[in-house]
This record gives sequence, C-alpha cells and structure tokens, in this order.
Amino acid sequence: MKTKKMTTSSEDVLLSVGHVRYKKGDGTLYVMNQRLAWMLENRDTVAVSHKYADIKTQKISPAGKPKVQLQVVLHDGACSTFHFVNPAGAEAQAKDRDQVKMLLQNLLPKFKRQIDGELEMKSKLLSLHPTLKHLYEDLVISKVINSEEYWNTPTLKHYTESTNMKQEAGVSGAFLADIQPQTDGCNGLKYNLTQDIIDAIFKTYPAVRKKHVDYVPNKMTEAEFWTKFFQSHYFHRDRIMSSSSKDLFGECAKLDDQAIASAMKHTTLDLTVDLPSFKEPIPLLPDDETHEKEKDGTSIHRNMIKRFNQHSIMVLKASHKNSNSSSSKTNKVENGMKETNGVEKRPSADKDVTEPVDKKRRIMEKIHYEDLDNVDNNEDTQELKLSKVERYLLGPASQVSHTASTSNNPPPLSALASVCQAWSSGQQCSRPVRVSAAAAVGALGELSPGGALMRQHHAASMAQLVPPAARQELQRLYLSCGELLRELWRCFPQPGAPPDDDAGTRAERFYDAIMRFRNLKLRPFEEKMLRDLTPLASSLTRHMNQMIETACAKYAVWQQRQAKLR
Amino acid sequence: MKLTVDGLLVYFPYDYIYPEQYAYMLELKRALDAKGHGLLEMPSGTGKTISLLSLIVAYMIQNPHHVRKLIYCSRTVPEIEKVLEELKNLIKYYEKSQGEKPSLTGVVLSSRKNLCIHPEVSREREGKLVDGKCHSLTASYIRDRHEQDPSVPICQFYEGFNREGRESMLPYGVYTMDDLKQYGADRNWCPYFLSRFAIIHAEIVVYSYHYLLDPKIAEVVSKELNKEAVVVFDEAHNIDNVCIDSLSVKITRRTIDKSTQALQTLEKAVSQLKQEDEARLALEYEQMVEGLREAAQLRDSDVILGNPVLPDELLNEVVPGNIRNAVHFLGFLKRFIEYLKTRLRIQHVVQESPAGFLKDVSSRVCIERKPLRFVSSRLQTLMKTLQIPDPSNFGSLTLVAHLATLVSTYTKGFVIIIEPFDDKTPTVSNPILHFSCMDSSIAMRPVFGRFQTVIITSGTLSPLDMYPKILDFNPVVMSSFTMTLARPCILPMIVSKGSDQVAISSKYETREDVAVIRNYGQLLVEISACVPDGVVCFFTSYLYLESVVGAWYDQGVVANLQKHKLLFIETQDSAETSFALINYIKACESGRGAVLLSVARGKVSEGVDFDHHLGRAVLMFGIPYVFTQSRILKARLEYLRDQFQIRENDFLTFDAMRHAAQCVGRALRGKTDYGIMIFADKRFSRSDKRSKLPRWIQEHLRDSLCNLSTEEAVQISKRWLRQMSQPFSREDQLGVSLLTLQQLQSKEQQDKIEKQVLQK
Repeated sequence: MKTKKMTTSSEDVLLSVGHVRYKKGDGTLYVMNQRLAWMLENRDTVAVSHKYADIKTQKISPAGKPKVQLQVVLHDGACSTFHFVNPAGAEAQAKDRDQVKMLLQNLLPKFKRQIDGELEMKSKLLSLHPTLKHLYEDLVISKVINSEEYWNTPTLKHYTESTNMKQEAGVSGAFLADIQPQTDGCNGLKYNLTQDIIDAIFKTYPAVRKKHVDYVPNKMTEAEFWTKFFQSHYFHRDRIMSSSSKDLFGECAKLDDQAIASAMKHTTLDLTVDLPSFKEPIPLLPDDETHEKEKDGTSIHRNMIKRFNQHSIMVLKASHKNSNSSSSKTNKVENGMKETNGVEKRPSADKDVTEPVDKKRRIMEKIHYEDLDNVDNNEDTQELKLSKVERYLLGPASQVSHTASTSNNPPPLSALASVCQAWSSGQQCSRPVRVSAAAAVGALGELSPGGALMRQHHAASMAQLVPPAARQELQRLYLSCGELLRELWRCFPQPGAPPDDDAGTRAERFYDAIMRFRNLKLRPFEEKMLRDLTPLASSLTRHMNQMIETACAKYAVWQQRQAKLR
Repeated sequence: MKLTVDGLLVYFPYDYIYPEQYAYMLELKRALDAKGHGLLEMPSGTGKTISLLSLIVAYMIQNPHHVRKLIYCSRTVPEIEKVLEELKNLIKYYEKSQGEKPSLTGVVLSSRKNLCIHPEVSREREGKLVDGKCHSLTASYIRDRHEQDPSVPICQFYEGFNREGRESMLPYGVYTMDDLKQYGADRNWCPYFLSRFAIIHAEIVVYSYHYLLDPKIAEVVSKELNKEAVVVFDEAHNIDNVCIDSLSVKITRRTIDKSTQALQTLEKAVSQLKQEDEARLALEYEQMVEGLREAAQLRDSDVILGNPVLPDELLNEVVPGNIRNAVHFLGFLKRFIEYLKTRLRIQHVVQESPAGFLKDVSSRVCIERKPLRFVSSRLQTLMKTLQIPDPSNFGSLTLVAHLATLVSTYTKGFVIIIEPFDDKTPTVSNPILHFSCMDSSIAMRPVFGRFQTVIITSGTLSPLDMYPKILDFNPVVMSSFTMTLARPCILPMIVSKGSDQVAISSKYETREDVAVIRNYGQLLVEISACVPDGVVCFFTSYLYLESVVGAWYDQGVVANLQKHKLLFIETQDSAETSFALINYIKACESGRGAVLLSVARGKVSEGVDFDHHLGRAVLMFGIPYVFTQSRILKARLEYLRDQFQIRENDFLTFDAMRHAAQCVGRALRGKTDYGIMIFADKRFSRSDKRSKLPRWIQEHLRDSLCNLSTEEAVQISKRWLRQMSQPFSREDQLGVSLLTLQQLQSKEQQDKIEKQVLQK
C-alpha cells in the first residue's frame, strides 16, 4: 500500500471525484496518470489501486438503474465496483461517472497496447516456432503448468530476449536456384517467384532493379518483365551473351561487369592475395601471360565461371550494404579525396600513409605464433548475437524444410539441439562446469550413429516401423517432458551455489507438473500405442519413463533430506 | 628464450619452442659445421623461418670468420616480407636482451617496381614499364646529356644516391621494402640502387630466387656476393622448375614480328648515327678490336639484364670480327631472325638437339656457332652505343638474342621443339619454338659450387631423395621432420568412392564420366554443408575445372552448393582471381562461409595461405599430374631417365604428389589451426602414391581413412570437427608439442628429439 503523499508526488491526478462508495465505505476516486485509485474518506492510505495496464475493460450500469455504478474488470478476472453517491442527485451522479468513464475510455487503450504488444509477440513467437507451439499446447493448454511458468522457462526466455534485436537477413546465395522451374505439361516452363526472391534479386542485382523501374509498368507488365528475365541469358548462365540489342538484360550484364571492374580498381588488395605482384618480374622480357589472355575468346564455361564469381560477390555486397551503410559512406568520401589529391601530390606519399601500417599489421598477423608467445592478449572478442537461435543450430536450410513440409518429419536431432542449447544457456552462470569439454564431446561422439554406444541402435528399422504420426507425437512428448524435467532438475540445489529458499516450492510445483504430464499426456499415448503398435509400444516410451522415474527418485531423496534437516 | 643448440647459444625470440624447431636447428647446425649443403623438410606453420634465422644469425655472430653472410631466397613477395618481419623480431629480441643492436645489417632487394619512389615512374603498375622509365632517367649517357643540357630529365633520387650514398653504409638494422623507401625518401636516395649497393656488404640479404638462380639477373645483381655465405632456399619444393624456366626460351610468331620491328628501329638509329656522329660507332668498333668489350666500366644503371649464360661459361674472348661492325651485326641478326621465321613455317612437330639446330643454321644461313655466342652481349653494347632511351620495346629482340647465345653455348641438357599449333586447338596455326632446358642442375650447379652451404627447405619436399638427384648435389644433412601435436589437428582422408559406390578418379579415361563428376559434386556439397567457414578445392587442371563447373551447373550441384556457401572460382586472369579471393576472405570472415574452386599448380595453390577459418577443409579432386602429352615434358623425362636413372613414372608421381601435398598443406598454418584434407581419387590409396606424401601427413593417414565413401568421410569429418572446435589452450600443448626452456633442457626431451632427428 502506498501513501497518498507518495502517489500524489509522483503522479498527476487527472481527476478526483468525491462521494464514491466502494465496499460500503465512502471515499474519493482518483483518476491518475498510471492508475485508478480510491481512498476512504478522511484516510491517508489508498485502499484501491489499479494500474491501467491491469485493467481489461470498464463496465457501467445501464441508464435508468437506481444505482449509478462503474465497474473495472481486470485481466486476472477480478473486478472492482464503484458506486457514485453524489448527494446532488442521480443526474450529478451520472455526470460524475461519465467523467470518469470518458477519461478511462481515453486512457485505457494507451496501456492496452503495451499488453497487446507482449501478447502479440508471444503469439508470433508461437506461430514462428512450431516446436514452441507444440510445447505450449502440451503444457499450458493441457494445464500441466500455467502460462506464466511456461514463459519463464529458460528456453522461452531465450527466444523472447533474443528477438528484441533487429537483424537484417542477408541474401541466400542460391536464390536464383530456388526458382525451380516446373513444366506445365505443354512444352512450357513455369517459374515460381515469391516476393522474397524478387527482393533478393533487386538487392543483389541493382541493374535489374533499375530495369524494372524503367520498364514496369509503363512499357510492360510485371509478368512480362519477369518472363523476359527468365528468358534472358542473364538468368541462364550457361548461355552466351547475345550481342543483339533485343535482349532486355544484355545491358545489365555489361553494367555488372563495369561495377565489378570499378570495384576491382578501387579495392586495395590485401598483400596476401595480390597475385599479380607475387612474382618478381624479370625486367625487359616480354611476359607471355598478357598474350595468352587476349587469345582466349569467349568460352561458355569461362563466362559462366565469371558469372558465378560475380554473383557471389554481389550477394556478399548486398548483405553488407545495409549493415555498414554509414561506414561505406565515409569511405566514399575518402576515396573521392584521394582521387583529387593524388594528382597534384605525390601519389606514393598518400599511399604510404595508410598502406604500410595496414600491410605491416597483416604481415605481423601472419607470422605471429600465438602459442609460442607468452603474452595473453585478451583481445576483445565480438559476441555472437543471434536473433534466431534455431537457425544457428540447424542451419537455415533445415528450417526451410521444416516449415515447408511438416509432413516430412523434422529432424529429431533438432529438438535435442535446441534443448541442449537452452540447457547450456540456462546454466552458464550458475552451475560450475562439471564435465570437461573434451569429455562431453567424446560422449556425444559415442552417442552419435557409429559411436560405441550406438552399436545396437537400429535407427533405420525404427524409422521404418514407427508410423510418422506416432513418431511426431513421440517427439512432441519428448520435447515437453524434457522441458519439465529440466525445470525440475534445476530446482535441486547445486554444489557450490547458495541455497535457494523457494527451490522447494518450485520443485514441488514441477514435480506435480510432471505427474500431471504423465497422467494427462504420457499414459494416453501409451494406451494408444498399445492398441495400434503392440510389439513396439512399451519400448517406445521406456526411455521417457526411465527419465521421469529417475527425476522422481531424486526428488524423493531430496525431500527426505529436506525433512531431516528441518 | 636463450637456448644452446649443440654448444651454440641461440637467441630465440619466443618464450616457448616447438620440439621440431629444436630438432631442425640441430640438423641445420650440422650442415653449417660441415660447410655442406642440406635438404630439410618441416611442415608449414611450425616456425621454419624463425628457426632458420635464429640459428644462422647466432652462428654468424659467434663464428664470424666461418660464415659471413646469409642469403635468404624465397619465392613470393609476401613471403619475402614475412621473412623480413621475422628477422626484425629477432634483432629486436637481441637488442632487448643484450642492450644493443647486434652489428648486422639485413636488407631486402626487390624489383624497381616495388622500390621506386620517383613520383612519376612509381605510378606505373607494370614492372616492365617501371624498368624502362627508370632506365631512361638513369642511364649514363642520359646523365651525360643532362650535364650539357639541364632540360633533359633525370632522376633526382638516383643522382642523390650517386653523389652521397656510395660513401656510407647502411646503419645496422633490418630494412624492409617500406623501410628502404622511407630511408631513401628521407635522404633523397634511390632505394633500389641503395639496396643493390647494400647487398654487397649486408650480412643478411633477402630476395627472390631469380636474383640467384637466373643467370641473366644473377650476373648483374649477385656477382659480387661473398662466397662464405649460407644460402637458404625457402619454399623450395619447386626449385627445379624455377631453374628450368630461367634457362628456357619460348619464341612465337609474335616475338619474331616484334623483334623484326625492333631491328628496323636499330637500323634506322645506326644509319642516323652514321651521318651525325660516326666517331661513336668507330670508337665502339675500336674497343671491340682491342677486346675491351666492357672497357668503359659499365655503370650499374646501364645494365638491366645480363648475359643469359652462366658465369663459368662466359667467354673471355674477343668479339668475332664479323659482328664487330654495327651494320654487319644487324645484318647478322636479321639473317638469324629470318632463319627462325622459316623454321616456324612448318606443318608438323620438329624436335632436335642444339647441335642439330646449329648445324642447320650454319648450312642454311651461314651463321657459325662462335659469333652466335656473342649475340647477347653484342646487342647490349650496341644499344648502349645507340643510346636507346627506353629499352622496354626491345624485349622480343633481347629474347631472340638470348636464344642465340644459349643455343650456341649449351649442347647438353637442352632440346629444341617446334610445334606448329597448340594441342588444344589443332586447327589454328600458332607455331611456337621452345628452347627448353631439361636439366635443373645446370642453373643450380654454380650456386652449389660457389657458396659453402646451401639449404633447401620447404613444408613439402617428400620424397626427399629425388632432389639430390635432379639437382645433382650431395647433401650432408637430409631430414624430414613431423609435427608434434597435442591433438590430431589434421584429418587426411582418401575418398575413393561416391555414395553410389562408383570409384572416383581423375584418371584420363574416367574423368569426364558423369558419375565421377556427380560424385565429386556430391562430396563437395556434403562437405560444405558440414564444415564451417571456408572450403577450398583443387582441380588437376584449369580445363578440367571448367568442364566440371559446366557439368555441375547442369546437374544442379552448383545450386546446392550455393545453398550452403558462396561460390568463388579461380580464373586465368590473376587480377580477377585476386578480387574473387578477397571476397572469399570477406565471406569467410562474415560467417557466411565460402567455397573456392582452384587449380593445382595455379597461382592460388602456390602462394595463398588458407589459415584457420579460411580453409577448414581442402579437397583435392584427382591427382595433379602434369599434362603428360606435352613434348617438352616427354623430352625431359627421357633426359632424366638417361642421365639420372630416374624412371619416368617415379618422376611423374613425385611431381604430382608434391603438388597435391602443397595444395592440401595450404590449409594448415600452425598448431592451433586445424583442417580436413580430402584426397578424392581412388589412386591415392595405392602405396606408391601414399608413401610419397610428406611424413607429417602420412602419420595421420591411418589405414582406416584410406578407402572411404562420401558418407563415411562426412561422418568422420563431423565427429572430428566437433572435437576440434573445443577450446584448445597452451596447457594442452605444453610438454607435448610446446616446450619451455626447462622442458627443453630435460634429459628425456633431449633424447626424444635426438631420436627424432636420427630417424629421418
């Protein structure tokens, strides 16, 4: 409870209405910046205080009712009813109430948005990540744990926290290849073009964007433009560039060439890759290389190779562009200065200023043996920031297949990987390292197909025997179960860590949750399997049961110990 | 640390040392003590350069009368710069621990292009043009003319150096190219001529192979170097090819045309001179009569290229009468060029010995052997007399003159092959005359004979016994060192079949097979999906690379590849390739990952390192045999068989395997680095190939890794990568692959190293 003084000093009172009855006491209702408050007559303390953010909606009594009331309903379902009892009569009462109502009407939406924002983020997260959604369905909707607990699990925290960063996605290297042509049955080809691909094309090939701006929609339609694009040699890299002016994109290729050539001129090559100056020339003798170059004409392959290089360079440029637009701008200025300066001044002079320092640094880097030197140079390393952890763990490709074809069973390792990731991140600070990295890797290796512990494992036969639907369900169960078990294990005290007071209650909660999970989810699944897949049924969930039993046993032991201590 | 190597106190500028570095120094010291030559192989990234420098510098300081000079030759400009920086580190360490700089001067010599500071000349990007322009500002007659007419431009830096620079010596220290430029700019001295002058007295000289091996340059540059010197050839796995290239000449129709033009210019100049100043021509003639070929002592700025023949072959005779007169000489040259022209007009391949060629010349155009030997030097004298301002246009004519001199000097170890067309395009007439050296020992012999110790070293010299044979020398030490490792940081694998069990091989019969190409593609795609950052592939030839990329595009391999990484490909244009490379590095550094397709024996495979994340996996698609149908190669093989009893197949395999090792070795540049090496050819698993790999690779190539399919290889790579990505600290290495001074001095460790050295 806060004193009135405090509230008034920190907040503006927008409106105060006297003669408001709340739970049979008369008092004053205050409409403030952040909340709605009510105080008993002649008292200092605020009896009722609702933050606007907590208020779901307001209700008023219909006109003509004897009591003039206003009710606010909170998100958690509770509500407070205020009775306006202005002695001046019903009309004055209604006026008082309407004042409050209007004010609240204006105020509430502002705060609502915040709440909605959070909700929206959560729902978006769920829709983006199928695994999280499954988890939510299994755990929250089936009431194994409540929503708040769910969102507080480290896995989820990981997602909610990391998504705060905005990261521009780069361009896939294979976007042109992703446009897979389909034959339409009558000697034609159909290309599927999505907005993403178009964006990628524009980003990577500014020349095409320019063409697009020039031609669409004045000279041709969007569809025509892309048809032309797919017909051009520009798209088919194994075709020789036609010299006829008919080809809309003939010019683009030339523009690209020019762009690359100018970029080539302007980049100062790192000395480790500057091939032309590697060799000391023999003075005066004609070098035969220049002749060779003129000789070879335009071979298809050679042209194609050039295009592949260009493509990669441009893709790279496209993804770098947005991130360092500011730095590139400054660079440009520098370049411009160089050009104007260089003519009058000694060119070697201004080259010398920047070059040797850079060059020297590179050489030093190359000759430096970090393990021979004693100095521990704790250079500030860059932290890896991931906006989509899953993508880092699984790679973008599998993510695509994940969403595109859910019927196609997602890699079972993915779940494990994400769980592992969450585990480690959850423990990073609190838990001391118990197993060395090498040992962990060794164990992981033995557990992978081909390792010592996986000899008896018949992955192939399992995959054939279990129908995909059951497999998916099992996978979901594993995921949810893993999440709960981890929470439970986390509650147990760790060696070295300070004792946690509410660990006991949390452990109890999750222990109950696991029990609920077993009854609500696991048992029905087992029964179903018993019906459908008799020979395998028990073996499918054996491991999961084992895990649950181990955790329960640990819990029981711990409980006993706790009891003894008390 | 300061350590003792067999009684010699060596300053080593690091706190720790690798055991193999110590072993290497031990062997090196033995060679120095014996004043003999050595052949040492040690993997790249184990600090070969610093071991060499520390030991030899210590040796020079403590035995100043024994070894007076160190000549360090490396192959590429970046390598040279690295050596200099390491040397600087070492000298700094000496200074720190002794309180004063050791009295040593280390200096680099590079081409004019890299050292010029003249505001206009240095702006040229091509070395040839820089040389020409420099000559036109510094030649002695230009400077004479400037005396009379100050409007004739000269180079202020050369003048400055000429006035003051020759009196003083460079202060002690190490001078890199940039240091020399700075030093020159501060004093208004030309860095190039300063360095040319300084190498005569400097204790340590670092420069490129050519300055010692190519007689044309060596005669001008390295003639006066001290004989009590240690010569080191680093990265010397290709040294035989450098030797051969420096003595071979290739004449095309274009060369002939250009030299005809140049000849006409000369004729015009002669006739002009005759009218204006016949005295000069007469003087030249007089000098030759008296045998004073170089009576007027040549100034260093006048000579850019020397005689192409080796010092011991140089003639101390008088120029024969029939070419003393300038007009006669030009007529003589014209006849020779006409003769070459007729020889190029052929329909079928001709192969003959120099003797046969000479006989033919003599019978067809009446040119005798003796005057022919003087053509090079005579042409130079004439050009000097005529005061040709910019000699860069006379390159082709110089080349023809070199041919004339070489062909008449050497009768053994050379072959002349005239081909009417290129084998790739048999319809296009493009005649080429190859005057090819077949014996790499010819260029090497004077070096071995002249200097007391020559060390040939590289990361990949296996099989070691080939080099003494082809270079014709007797090494006193010959060792191959492996890398002591605390963790298996290389994973060599031989992938012999694809996932469909079809054997993969770049064998001529199967290399165009769709299944083979598809399997190669599949392998690359799978590897690029599981290996982080950079992946580098090497193909056996550029032609093969092109056709494979074409096939991959059709098969969709390229598209699959682009899903995982960006794709970069080496082209024949080195500027383009450089740009692709820099973007490859960017892609690796930004975390995007990239694949580089490259060619064994190409520029990338010879000079670019893919350390750490730039090359986590290297794939060698096929065995990089040389193009065996080449006639030059065939002639060389025959020669090797007859002269050195080296079987053709042995040499071919040796050559292929050293290139393969060179390629895969690009990925590993140190003990903290790690990389996968995949040999994708069935034939690699045969013992004649496998046993020719360097020892440090062979050690890790277990039998179980020698016959893998694509999936197996991928499976193994995945497991291995997981292990390698774990933190790796100094503590893991200490005592095993990294030693402190105490550890080094322990009896046990000393014995271990001693054993390693003796093993060989």
